[in-house]
Amino acid sequence: MSNLHHAAGIIFIVIGLGFDVFGCIGLLRLPDVYNRLQATTKCVTLGTCSILLGTFILKGLGTTGVKAILVAIFLLLTSPVAAHALARGAHKSGVKLWPKSVADKYEQDGN
Amino acid sequence: MKNLRWLMGFGILAASLVFIMLYPIPSLLSWQSGFLAHSFFILMLCFVMCLFRVMAGPTPADRAVAIDTLGILIVGFCAILSIPTGRDWYLDIAIAWALQSFIGALALAKYLEGRGFDE
Amino acid sequence: MKSKLVLFIVGFIVWSLLTWPLDFQHLIVGLAVAAFVAFITGDLFTPSLQAGTGFSRITRYLWLCYYVPMFLWECLKANIDVALRVLNPKLPINPGIVKVKTTLKSDTGLTFLANSITLTPGTLCVDIDAEKGILYIHWIDVKTQDADKATELIVKPFEKILKNIFE
Repeated sequence: MSNLHHAAGIIFIVIGLGFDVFGCIGLLRLPDVYNRLQATTKCVTLGTCSILLGTFILKGLGTTGVKAILVAIFLLLTSPVAAHALARGAHKSGVKLWPKSVADKYEQDGN
Repeated sequence: MKNLRWLMGFGILAASLVFIMLYPIPSLLSWQSGFLAHSFFILMLCFVMCLFRVMAGPTPADRAVAIDTLGILIVGFCAILSIPTGRDWYLDIAIAWALQSFIGALALAKYLEGRGFDE
Repeated sequence: MKSKLVLFIVGFIVWSLLTWPLDFQHLIVGLAVAAFVAFITGDLFTPSLQAGTGFSRITRYLWLCYYVPMFLWECLKANIDVALRVLNPKLPINPGIVKVKTTLKSDTGLTFLANSITLTPGTLCVDIDAEKGILYIHWIDVKTQDADKATELIVKPFEKILKNIFE
């Protein structure tokens, strides 16, 4: 393994870890469910995909690397669907928006 | 009763923090200047933040969101574990965990919506 | 029949990626398993393919090649945006749920539109009304509450490409 591959893989893993930490800080700091869902579903998904890409670069085109790419594609496809379902479930179960929110067109339309 | 639950939650959080700080990983610390050992600590810090949101979330929806996030983080954890140990079946665990986390999130969303599972 | 063939090819590719160092025995077992799965569930997963929209149209694959890098770039921008908002001590958010319109009709197109909206800066799809063509979107920094202007800002960049790919 050359030094350049190693450095590129480590850099991808560090970027992914940073985005994971930012997403979890967002989970702690933001005020209501929908904002938290935005922060986590974006930052944590791309952070984990970046970690998997770093694994692929470090390991090369072997068993581990190909499986890592497969998991990354699967996460990119399914994570927004889960976020969408959770947001709709939260709204149907009666969770109000943050009191300083601007508009709620969904509630006005009687859903 | 509620105070007891808060006390138990804080006890679990403190125990996990102490575990993270003090637990030695001797076979991994020797690998390439211990970088990946530190990355384990960073990911475990993320786990503790998610567990805090599970403990303190004011509504059930918050807890569901935190559990979904925890599932995605564990996939990354398995991927990092597979690098220094060189065992590719950690990625099999990651695939299975991603599937299970997705289906679990959908089931939790159905439960929050207040409908039956067979719809 | 066509959808069964497509499902068979996709399943076989996924199987051979899962057992990557290509091996004769693995490939034979994969052929058997993929044929069985495609025979059982072929009509369930791809009902929209039976309507006769051509697989052989070359332009849709070219549009797909244009869509993927653009999607990844928007995704990276969204991550940096959320990270800056979270790390800012004043927490500059201005959330709300707005309503946008879309002209896409097919189920696959609507699903991909919702996924794209969820992973791009500051927006999260909450619900889809497929009959009226309305999406309800949670926006972390509401710039306008008017439905047409919000449509211009959020949906338009993706809608043109997705219309060329899936319809």
